[in-house]
Amino acid sequence: MLWSMVRLALLAIRRNVLRSSLTVLGIVIGVAAVITMTTIGAGATAKVTADIASLGTNMLMVRPGQGYGPGGARADAPPFKIEDADAIQREIYGVAAVAPTAQKQVQAISSAKNWSTTATGGTASFLIVRNWDLAGGRAFTEGEERAGKALCILGETVRRELFGAADPVGQRIRLGKLTCQIIGLLAPKGESSFGQDQDDVVLVPLRWLQRTLVGNTDVGAIFISARDGVSTTKVAADLQRFLHEKRHSSTGDDDFSIRDMKEIASALTSTTKVMTSLLGAVAAVSMLVGGIGIMNIMLVSVTERTREIGIRLAIGALEREVLTQFLVEAVVLSSVGGIVGIVIGLLAALAGTNAIGAPFVFQPGVVTMAFLFSAAVGVVFGFFPARQAARLDPIEALRHE
Amino acid sequence: MNEHPPVIELRQVSKIYGTGQAAVAALRGIDLSIERGDFVAVMGPSGSGKSTCMNILGCLDSPTSGSYRFDGVEVGRLSRDQRARLRRNYLGFVFQGFHLLGRSTALENVELPLVYRGLSAQERHRRAGAALERVGLTGWASHRPNELSGGQQQRVAIARAIVTHPEVLLADEPTGNLDQSRGREIMELLTELNRTQGLTIVIVTHDEHLSRWSNRAIRFLDGRIVKEGEEAA
Repeated sequence: MLWSMVRLALLAIRRNVLRSSLTVLGIVIGVAAVITMTTIGAGATAKVTADIASLGTNMLMVRPGQGYGPGGARADAPPFKIEDADAIQREIYGVAAVAPTAQKQVQAISSAKNWSTTATGGTASFLIVRNWDLAGGRAFTEGEERAGKALCILGETVRRELFGAADPVGQRIRLGKLTCQIIGLLAPKGESSFGQDQDDVVLVPLRWLQRTLVGNTDVGAIFISARDGVSTTKVAADLQRFLHEKRHSSTGDDDFSIRDMKEIASALTSTTKVMTSLLGAVAAVSMLVGGIGIMNIMLVSVTERTREIGIRLAIGALEREVLTQFLVEAVVLSSVGGIVGIVIGLLAALAGTNAIGAPFVFQPGVVTMAFLFSAAVGVVFGFFPARQAARLDPIEALRHE
Repeated sequence: MNEHPPVIELRQVSKIYGTGQAAVAALRGIDLSIERGDFVAVMGPSGSGKSTCMNILGCLDSPTSGSYRFDGVEVGRLSRDQRARLRRNYLGFVFQGFHLLGRSTALENVELPLVYRGLSAQERHRRAGAALERVGLTGWASHRPNELSGGQQQRVAIARAIVTHPEVLLADEPTGNLDQSRGREIMELLTELNRTQGLTIVIVTHDEHLSRWSNRAIRFLDGRIVKEGEEAA
């Protein structure tokens, strides 16, 4: 009996192609919108989180002067030296590694091409502190760094611009007027959360950079990674006190600044969360609109359906047989709409996340919720008018205008 | 003199629509019995209560008071589902407005009562085909109602009513929407069903000419039966 009711419902769907497809469309829009928006939102959050992880969240950055940006340093703040980094390594508890760095804009020149990039001088611990892997070759040793050898490690962008597909390890390039040998390649990191290309860099021994490219012994920034299990907040506080004493700062502002990557991370994460909930709100509105669409179509067809129900009751259908048919119809339409909506939503989300370069994060919870909501709207508005009609005396249902 | 009880027996049946000041009595204490094989014409002007009586006979509507026995069973004591089963198994309906499912073919419309009897698709096709043949619509099975003339639509409705082999066929102004010659064809068809198959037929009409097809005429006026007489068959 149930099977024949299912068949009746399927027949009814086939006969009312327009009504059926409009209902399905409403559900498709609702489901697809929610899935697309929230999946893109989740992808963006995941991207930000991954970017932050690539910076290293257990990392502190110390610069001379106050303020965050490159232009924020106070002109009169005395620069750091390599000895400051050594002192931090020695004196502060919980420090895993310290990497003093300095930077200089240079022209990198290979045999055929040239490319303007940033030379970053670092020590042997730079890659460890920055949580950066090598894609090929090797890093320079502590001895090589101290000796100030002319060695370099290319970032992915620089390698591509200068050598295309070729493997340049072992070759020589010029940085400005100086020649250095390529000993390694950095693993690509992509854009930072601030939109900078982190791979547009040539890593060289810090002392070589100071002596030959810059001509002083200043250190622009010191990166410090905390040991596992040691709070960066605690390390930052110790560091603050230590540097305050060491640099004999006046009682007012310190002439250095410490940035905790964890703080930046949480700021970025909360921004992304706001964006995600905004997208979610837009999606909820689309869902509501879709739901109203379904509702309208269902209610418009009430007259027609009421008469149909009257006919079925008059020729001897039981109330529950009529209801089963209409319920099955509503469930089938909602399920079809829901499934199509899920497919479209996931495809659109895939396209969207690709466009913004974010990972595709499948969210089974959202998919289920969107599906259930739309299905509920379809079933409620498909089923309840039918139930009202099926409760009438057949003759009243037949007279329905 | 008849060992079977009448197939339909009404005792003091009243129907009142609305309540209080607005109450309108459509039927005021009807007594009526119909024997098996009868062909009864129910006549009277509009608003005289004949359609209300018909709906009560068809278990589509319930009387406000009085007793209705169908085949000796008190209908007033039956549940909604039991009344639906009674309609399904013993009654066939033909309406003035045809009341076919507009999006279904003639054959599907005729099959519909058989669906609720739980018959297999094959059996439904066979029986519905036979019923369509019976009303002279072989070859029109796959047409939809809007592709059929009024007379043909009413024949489909009759086929739908007789496909279950009911005890009683109730027809509420079956010729009301048809021209005279189509109306006569329908009446000939009903008469033939009555004669050859012994189908009990109750037909509502306000057309005096049509009453001559029946063997018994009942006249309604103002909610009462005013005259009941045997007509020449």
